[in-house]
Amino acid sequence: MTIALSGRKIAGKLQEQFPGSIVQSDESSLLVKSEHLLAIATFLKTTPGFDFDYLTSVTAVDYRDYFELVYHLISIEHNHSLVLKVRCHDRENPTVPSVVGVWRGADFQEREIYDLMGIKFEGHPNLKRIVLWEGFQGHPLRKEYKGIYK
Amino acid sequence: MSLLDTSPINWATTGTLSPDWPGGYWLHWVVFTIIILVFVLAMVMGFIYIERRFVARIQSRLGPNRAGLFGLLQPVFDAIKVLVKEDIVPAGGDKLVHWWAPVVAFVPALMIFVVIPFQDGALLADLNIGILYVVAVGSVGMVGVFMAGWGSNNKYSVIGAMRAVAQIITYEIPLGLAIISVVLLSGSLSLNEIVNSQNIPFILLQPLGFLIYFVSACAELNRTPFDLLEADSEIVAGYHIEYSGMKFAIFYLAEYIEALAVSAIITALFLSGWRGPLLPPWLWFLIKVVVVFMFIVWVRGTIPRLRVDHAMALSWKFLLPVALLNLFITSIEVILWPLVLPWPIILLNLAIMVVLILLWSRFFKLGGGRVEV
Amino acid sequence: MPIKTEPFAINFGPFHPSTHGVFRMRTTLDGEVIIDLEPVFGYLHRGIEKLAEGRTYTQNIPFTDRLDYLASMSNNLAYVLAVEKLAGVPVPERAEYLRVIMAELQRIASHLIAVGSLLNDCGAFMTPILYMIREREKILDLFEMVSGQRLTYNYMRIGGVSQDIPDEFLPALEKFVERMPSYIDEYDRLLAENEILLARLKGVGILSKGQAINISASGPVLRGSGVEWDIRKVDPYSVYDRFEFDIPTGTLGDSYDRYRVRIEEMRQSLRIIEQAMKQLPSGAVKTDVPWLMLPPRGEAYAHIESPKGELGFYIVSDNSAKPYRFHIRAPSLINLTALRDMSVGWKIADLIAIFGSIDICMGEVDR
Repeated sequence: MTIALSGRKIAGKLQEQFPGSIVQSDESSLLVKSEHLLAIATFLKTTPGFDFDYLTSVTAVDYRDYFELVYHLISIEHNHSLVLKVRCHDRENPTVPSVVGVWRGADFQEREIYDLMGIKFEGHPNLKRIVLWEGFQGHPLRKEYKGIYK
Repeated sequence: MSLLDTSPINWATTGTLSPDWPGGYWLHWVVFTIIILVFVLAMVMGFIYIERRFVARIQSRLGPNRAGLFGLLQPVFDAIKVLVKEDIVPAGGDKLVHWWAPVVAFVPALMIFVVIPFQDGALLADLNIGILYVVAVGSVGMVGVFMAGWGSNNKYSVIGAMRAVAQIITYEIPLGLAIISVVLLSGSLSLNEIVNSQNIPFILLQPLGFLIYFVSACAELNRTPFDLLEADSEIVAGYHIEYSGMKFAIFYLAEYIEALAVSAIITALFLSGWRGPLLPPWLWFLIKVVVVFMFIVWVRGTIPRLRVDHAMALSWKFLLPVALLNLFITSIEVILWPLVLPWPIILLNLAIMVVLILLWSRFFKLGGGRVEV
Repeated sequence: MPIKTEPFAINFGPFHPSTHGVFRMRTTLDGEVIIDLEPVFGYLHRGIEKLAEGRTYTQNIPFTDRLDYLASMSNNLAYVLAVEKLAGVPVPERAEYLRVIMAELQRIASHLIAVGSLLNDCGAFMTPILYMIREREKILDLFEMVSGQRLTYNYMRIGGVSQDIPDEFLPALEKFVERMPSYIDEYDRLLAENEILLARLKGVGILSKGQAINISASGPVLRGSGVEWDIRKVDPYSVYDRFEFDIPTGTLGDSYDRYRVRIEEMRQSLRIIEQAMKQLPSGAVKTDVPWLMLPPRGEAYAHIESPKGELGFYIVSDNSAKPYRFHIRAPSLINLTALRDMSVGWKIADLIAIFGSIDICMGEVDR
């Protein structure tokens, strides 16, 4: 059984390493500041005991006030998991650092988020639309997007 | 009674073409040209039907069975369908080359039949260099394939055409060597003479030669496992990707005509041609041709495709050395024991084949082939 | 003197016999050798994630059928698991077993197509795939018995399955389970010792263990690289913890290993089905859930081991009848990340074989 690590416990450890990086933590997830995301991702991947080497999924949710990016991490070695979250409050030009350098599995998923949600990933090697065509106006998964029928 | 037996000229018993041939040279020429055209086209229709039904049986399905009795009319309807299709020439293509390519591919395939004996002496021209002529003419068709690939202005077709040329150059050599070992045994290049000299089918005296010839011929025919140039899963249709309608049909026909020609040549070289007990000679010829073709179809329905460099390696590293050794051994046998009873030689040759193949397959392994880029 | 050559670009797809749908590989070739490759997709994008936000939880089940249309049952299962996790709906025992049986049958059906089309891509002229379609037909017959459909089953429901199995289902399933191993052996005999196939697959398209984990590969692609990672074992959902089965893994991570893993997984699936049939309890097959479900505010991520890999559904609820966010973690899409690494340096023919060995379904890649 994959053990879901408590976000609160990990927050304690991260707090020592990266002071001021944690926004909020609860039993199921850990919300960090986006400027610390890359450092925390690298830390979680490389630190023995965590070894989050497998990025299951990346996705974004549009909560109208802000975008929330959700990273599901798994450690193949220890078989435990963690949900990492980042918020992005800028609606006009949302930007978060890309984790492709840490987990390459994020490559297509980040492109998809960029395509459908309009969040830019800084440092992504090939950030362009993935499922929609170049020149498509708008980002369909945003809540304010009204499709061509409405 | 057959078409051949009821023809006004009693050439069946006449032997090879002689100056006092009844009806004269030109009548013979006209009659045989017509016979060959009718025979080839009818057989190609039959082959298409056989292939579709036989492959269907291999694949545990029924195959075409609606058009006519047992689906026998399927090739006819296929032909009609293909004839009424629009003829498309790619805008950026070389129109002249594109137009001529099917012709260049088709004619040499048909020309092979000039020297194929349907019965003793029943052939258009008993050239004394018959088999050499077959090898020479048979490769010309590849020019048509390359023209098609080049004239289509399509990258897939160019890749296909390049593969085709590489493959024909590669496989011509073991093919030629296998033929030479047969020629050594028969002492003649004329196909008619070769058949006449086969008191025992040469497949028994030359089992290794037969295998080499069969593999190389499959490669020349571009049939699985050597269908690299039209590899539908890789380069879609290869050289004829931009062809439709009648031009495509001609390529398709040329392919089957070549298959028919190769079956006929294998029959003549290794299976003692028209010779056989009880049945009339032309029927023996037909039976053997169909059996050889069915074998080719069987291979097609069973084996996956070789990769392009594997196909080259197979020829240069396996077939060529083994064919050379086979030629060498055959020469020694022909010089040392020309008149010995054949049965010990047959056993010896079978043993040599088994040993050579087993030995050589230890040196030779397919696989690998990554290129650092 | 080296020959001066010029690399050229060629598009494989979107309409190509071997791209299993509308997929494009923009390749740069040096002769026959691939020196660069970029997968391009989106031709089948239907916006399911957006559409699902406008429909109720139950209405979304048929959408999941259309993801990986070769494994609709698995998609159904992953989705209903996510909603059940979100809303806390209990599932009756019998329904759990039925779900397992269906998911494993679906795995066999999907692997049959995967292996068959891989061999077709290797140039075996339709014969293997037709043999495998022959057996897949029998699985489809079984599915037709329980759901009335042959491709998009829409069988699972939130809190169970749509209906109980008919009486003739179990005998037919028993017959199938009895016969299938001999068919799998037949494929093995047909192919495992075929020199050409071995040359085409062995050592080709190697994906190392580290790479496989780093690109988040899952399913047979990950296990082919030697990582013993199967959601059914490491994070058992439904009742998978009650069954005995092994996780077949490869050693080298080449196309052949991925092919072997699929063949072995079919055998393991049969084992699971056999056990599930023996343990199948009687009782209800569906919990009563409100016609219009209003799950509490929150989020849930449920993942299953679908035939293609880890299929996950991330659903956010805002306590309304419709999901606030409906995200699909599509294994095919993420496995495709590996394509470039695996195929650079190989030839065109290998590219097709490697691509076939990943086994993608465009309905899932584009969504």
